[in-house]
Amino acid sequence: MTTNQGVATPESAAVEKKARERETVLIPAVDIFEDAHQITVKAERPGVSKDKLIVQADRNGLVIEGDMEIDMPAGMTALYADLQSTRYRRSFVLSGELETERIEASLKDGLLTVRIPKRVEFRTRKIKVNVP
Amino acid sequence: MFESYFGSFDADLFDQFRRLESEMGQLFGHSPWPAGIRSVQRGTFPPINVGATPDRVEVYLFAAGLDARKLDLSIQQNLLSVSGDRKIESNENAEYYRRERYDGDFRRVITLPDDVDPERVEARYRDGVLQITIQRREAARPRQISVS
Repeated sequence: MTTNQGVATPESAAVEKKARERETVLIPAVDIFEDAHQITVKAERPGVSKDKLIVQADRNGLVIEGDMEIDMPAGMTALYADLQSTRYRRSFVLSGELETERIEASLKDGLLTVRIPKRVEFRTRKIKVNVP
Repeated sequence: MFESYFGSFDADLFDQFRRLESEMGQLFGHSPWPAGIRSVQRGTFPPINVGATPDRVEVYLFAAGLDARKLDLSIQQNLLSVSGDRKIESNENAEYYRRERYDGDFRRVITLPDDVDPERVEARYRDGVLQITIQRREAARPRQISVS
């Protein structure tokens, strides 16, 4: 650790803060499952409200980002912390058979559900085996 | 009760959390102070943060998708315990690639500062965060002492 002898300016403090935020990102738990029609991602995002959540998808990938907002009194000191950041980020690579234009997302009690439909031609069809 | 809501997270507190983390990390993941007898291994569900002001202690449990009515909260002196059950409905017709979300019963016990008032506790659940506010006793609050 280095000691900063100079007077810390608000600018330098802000830059420092930004750099630290970049390195600490929460990677919360997800469940991912696939059925005949779609792939579903259930991701935990406790503390993230609807307007602080970003779900982005394109041909190549799905990115889920969010910032926690929590009711916190001013001047609070930390006694214990399992979570050391307020930012969530997780990304997945998508493949071409998924219809990224038709992704649906919903958020309830900090749980995000993303449904990615498969293109019709890729939906699994059960093949019946005829037994004579 | 005094209630304040900050539109954005108070970054200073999280700076403190981060500093705590880096201090712990310096010792190869071990805490520099002796672990509490009721402490648990990292990654235990649900993660908890605890913060304090001179007049109250705030406990945050980060647990998405809970039925808050089924939570069991109790406090005995300065020992707060939270237990509950988070059942994850499994989709029978689907094939799972990842099952990272915690499924089942949980219980966490939090040792609070000695001066908390077990009679004045409030809890609320919003956006997957259970926040428990415990008031501290008047006598324990710092007082300004005037020098004559």
